[in-house]
Amino acid sequence: MLNYTIRRLLLAIPTLLFIALVIFLLLELAPGDPMANVPLTVPPEVKEKMRIALGLDQPTHIRFLKWLQQFFWVEPLHMIDALFGTQWGEGMQRIISWQSRSPVMDIIWQRMPQTLWVVGLSYVLGALIAVPVGVISAYRQYSFIDQLGTFISMIGFSVPTFFTGVLMIVIFSVWLGWFPSIYDTTLVVHDWETFVKQLKQMIMPVSVLALYNAAQISRFMRASMLDNLNQDYVRTARAKGLKEKTVVLVHVLRNSMIPVVTVIALGVPQVFGGAIITEQVFKVNGLGQLLITAIQANDLPMVQTLTFIFAILIVLFNLIADILYGVLDPRIRYD
Amino acid sequence: MTDHTSDPGFEEATRPPRSQWWDVWDQFKTHKGALLGAGFFLFIVVAVMIGPWLWPIPYDAIDIRARNQGPSLAHPFGTDQLGRDTLARMLKGGQTSVAVGITAMALSLFFGTLVGVLAGYFKKLDGPLMRFTDLFLALPLLPLLLVIIMLFRDPLRAAFGPETGIFILIVFVIGITSWMQTARIVRGDVLALKEREFVLAARSIGTPDRRMITRHLLPNVLSPIMVSATLGIANAIITESALSFLGLGFPSDFPTWGRLLFDATDYLQQYPERVIWPGLAISLTVLAVNYIGDGLRDALDPRIRGR
Repeated sequence: MLNYTIRRLLLAIPTLLFIALVIFLLLELAPGDPMANVPLTVPPEVKEKMRIALGLDQPTHIRFLKWLQQFFWVEPLHMIDALFGTQWGEGMQRIISWQSRSPVMDIIWQRMPQTLWVVGLSYVLGALIAVPVGVISAYRQYSFIDQLGTFISMIGFSVPTFFTGVLMIVIFSVWLGWFPSIYDTTLVVHDWETFVKQLKQMIMPVSVLALYNAAQISRFMRASMLDNLNQDYVRTARAKGLKEKTVVLVHVLRNSMIPVVTVIALGVPQVFGGAIITEQVFKVNGLGQLLITAIQANDLPMVQTLTFIFAILIVLFNLIADILYGVLDPRIRYD
Repeated sequence: MTDHTSDPGFEEATRPPRSQWWDVWDQFKTHKGALLGAGFFLFIVVAVMIGPWLWPIPYDAIDIRARNQGPSLAHPFGTDQLGRDTLARMLKGGQTSVAVGITAMALSLFFGTLVGVLAGYFKKLDGPLMRFTDLFLALPLLPLLLVIIMLFRDPLRAAFGPETGIFILIVFVIGITSWMQTARIVRGDVLALKEREFVLAARSIGTPDRRMITRHLLPNVLSPIMVSATLGIANAIITESALSFLGLGFPSDFPTWGRLLFDATDYLQQYPERVIWPGLAISLTVLAVNYIGDGLRDALDPRIRGR
């Protein structure tokens, strides 16, 4: 198992480096100029000096290596400094946003909690809804409940989140006035009243994403349960007189969870991507919104770092899915 | 004297051979959702193709005195803030959305099938091509899509004009970011087919690789390709709308369903009904296409067919 994990980990490193290179080269083609919003009264030779100060006069490969060093060495050092009060990262150049002239990672850390709350909660909720729905749908195949579950998951699958989100705003904040349509990130939860307020503004974005996630996962759950329900070991379990509840919820469910757990792990990074749209709909100022504004403002260091963080998430969760698969299914390990 | 025509065995033997596509169609017909979906999708395609010719109001005609109207006989879907007819814009927007969906699907199928067949058939290419596919699967697609569009929007606009440039860009970008699933499925099927006797027989009479692929392999991997085609259309329509919704798709004077939805969200408080039409159009079309895919998957599976 350790061997298998190490092999997977080693494979992840070149993948990440390659992705970093692809993103870097893509942005290298960008027409944007960081000096574009410097006033015209600034003389060209000063502009040239500012350009050199940003390190833009160096060739591409040097800048790529520098960026890698900043991302993998300087930024973690600064993080340690901030956590433990050490001075290791002192004087090292951090990745600076062209838009706000402050370190990119600081802004990302500020935006992270909103995204994690909304996205994380909706994913957990989606998975919690999807598993029982999938189990019941498969156990009572072609029954009314199954048809209903399939239909609802088909809708969750087909209706894009930017429409369900807008629809919810129309119904629940414009017509009924129950929930606010804009997510207020300045809200600090310190007593019961603000807690209720926070809950109210989270309900809509979380349920939109949860419906979408539940739709995807419940289909996998149903298919996986159906595969297992016809297996010989199920008949054996029934034949030796186990209760139906034990057969389905212990024997079949455990075996059906193997592919589903990996699907859940694989889906996490996609959810971060999908959250870009949901954040835009509900005006949550999380990572997705940060990316959109950075793209519109031509803030290349920010775009590069954020895109790469998304890539790291994907590779990381692919790795987790692989390892989980190996843990749950011994046949995979020796492949 | 025996009457041969009433003999069931004889009738079976003399009936003209039935193509497998009739069996597929028979099975497809039993799936009500798929049939309904196919009907609806056909309706949408026909409506957006000939609708703009039939509907008298052009999509870009501004009538400032009739702005922000609700549904009426003259404007069944109402008008927008510049008095443009929403029905006309929906039809025109659907044309773009459906065209993007179908073209991007075709492109992604082409890439996917090419990579899948090459990887499955030629052992030497299998490793590199599949690593390449894995790399693509590990890319953060939506952020990259946004970045690519930001970078290439202006050069392509300058080269091909605002509409065609963006159309080419969006179709191409969706095409090259959605071929991976098709490639994996096709590769798996080709690997299995390669071990079959008919392939061995074809090889033993000296069939060249090119004809081997076009005559023996491609027809046999047609069913998974068709299923991923439907999923591809759904995916492309959603992606295009999402890009337009984020303000990085087509320009605002050139309607698509996603763009109309995006524009309508600015008037969410005053005219909430305006978001319903484009949203419904996207959702129902994608739902219909997904149901077609579901039905096709059942119909093309010979184990289910005839049961």
